[in-house]
Amino acid sequence: MDGFLLTTTEEFLNWNRKSSIWYLLFASACCGIELMQTGGPRTDLDRFGAVPRATPRQADLMIVAGTITYKMAERVRLLYEQMAEPRYVISMGSCANCGGLFQSSYSVLKGVDKVIPVDLYIPGCPPRPEALADAVVKLQAKMMKEKYLRTVRA
Amino acid sequence: MQQRKIAMVKQELKDLHELKQLYQPVADEMLVNMGPQHPSTHGVLNFLLVTDGEVMHKAVAHVGYLHRGIEKIGEAVEYNGFVPFTDRVDYLAAMSANQGFAMAVEKLASIQVPERAEYLRVIATELNRIASHLVANGAMAMDIGAFTPFVHWLKEREFVNDLMEELCGARLTYNYIRIGGVAFDCGKELAEKIVKWIDHFEPMVDEFDRLITNNEIFVQRLANVSPISAEEAMSYNLVGPNLRASGVDWDIRRDVPYSVYSKFDFKIPVGKGFRGTVGDCYDRFVLRILEIRESCKILRQALATMPEGEIMAKVPKTIKPPKGEAIARVESARGELFYYVVSDGSSKPLRVKIRAGSFTAMSIIEHLSKGVMIADLVAIIGSLDVVAPEVDR
Repeated sequence: MDGFLLTTTEEFLNWNRKSSIWYLLFASACCGIELMQTGGPRTDLDRFGAVPRATPRQADLMIVAGTITYKMAERVRLLYEQMAEPRYVISMGSCANCGGLFQSSYSVLKGVDKVIPVDLYIPGCPPRPEALADAVVKLQAKMMKEKYLRTVRA
Repeated sequence: MQQRKIAMVKQELKDLHELKQLYQPVADEMLVNMGPQHPSTHGVLNFLLVTDGEVMHKAVAHVGYLHRGIEKIGEAVEYNGFVPFTDRVDYLAAMSANQGFAMAVEKLASIQVPERAEYLRVIATELNRIASHLVANGAMAMDIGAFTPFVHWLKEREFVNDLMEELCGARLTYNYIRIGGVAFDCGKELAEKIVKWIDHFEPMVDEFDRLITNNEIFVQRLANVSPISAEEAMSYNLVGPNLRASGVDWDIRRDVPYSVYSKFDFKIPVGKGFRGTVGDCYDRFVLRILEIRESCKILRQALATMPEGEIMAKVPKTIKPPKGEAIARVESARGELFYYVVSDGSSKPLRVKIRAGSFTAMSIIEHLSKGVMIADLVAIIGSLDVVAPEVDR
């Protein structure tokens, strides 16, 4: 015997999920550059098992990085609907949170939560890579509390 | 208001529908939508491709997914208040965007910028140019399948970001170049740090050359891919590195000197068909690397000869320029950035017009895309270095 571990099924499932958060490679504006830097060598999101995926069908997490215009809003909703459950959304930066600097603009959506549900908001214009990494850690903590087996899903 | 928004969205859908109607596919042709979410479109760009299998007949650019109405906002905020918005016009080269607007307003209000501030502007913009070209080339290499150089370049970009943060407190959207000067001074310690970083960075560029630029697989992939002749480049109004890669020797920094650029000794690299035809994708890639080297040279000279003195001219808190109009042209990382500001004598501009290089770069894609592979379109977009908010603003 090499030893054994005791855990609940739920915790084991959640641990699996949180250890491989694949995020959607989707950047709409300035925050996308900081998203790139977060995936880069210094902050290195790969440490959390988070790697970018090019298609929403393989992604668990959508990081809305940047301004969403009315024209784009519909596409964001479509991308979200294409993701398989369980899915999570991080709203990165002021523009995605509430319209930010462009609140007075005629073509900007005032917060991405008007079209899709958001799990975590990161303030900043743009947020630092450390802030995004922290958000991913917080999301992992949230994932560990999920109770999938006890939830009746439609 | 809500009704108007819905009407707007409906109109957009109608537009797209009409676009599809215009290009009724014939025979084996297929209509493919590329973007707005596509890993290689550098933000939200949409292309409607008419393809026959892998060969494209046409790629129509569909823009406007990131139209944030920056020019209209310019009419509603005060002159100083508009500077942060210019950051977001071109987030990869925010310093140049700042500088263009500041120069236009300085012309309007006849403000004389202190010399030290001009030097600091040059230092900040050149550092920013390096950072921008690093992303442009790194992302281009990644798009066509070479991931390692992208990570290396991001590592170097982090060092530039650190220097920028020490200079102005921000990593990406700086708001550093203000009307009348710059916001913060650069201490001796920081100047030494920048020189030390350049000493470290220049050998790194040589290493990049060994890693990717002279990599035979990479060269074969890009050489002779969709060359742009000098006439085409000029008739499509390309600017900056894209124009110079086609063999046109034109740079605002040298030909219409602004700031203190006339005091420095630097070369303007021009595309010569380094490994293939003049103006092909490889030329545009190499040109950016050559520009990085020239920027390092300018930085060294500027840091060595920077005079002491004020960094901000005496500017009133609320700037009220006299009636009139002014233009300013700066050489941003993506080429000529043009500002046109009209004043009616009040504290807010009557009109701000921004003309950026990415928009014209988008317009040439339709012409270039005839008969190339879909995979080459990715190389074309990458090599033209299109930044979405600069297209839509």
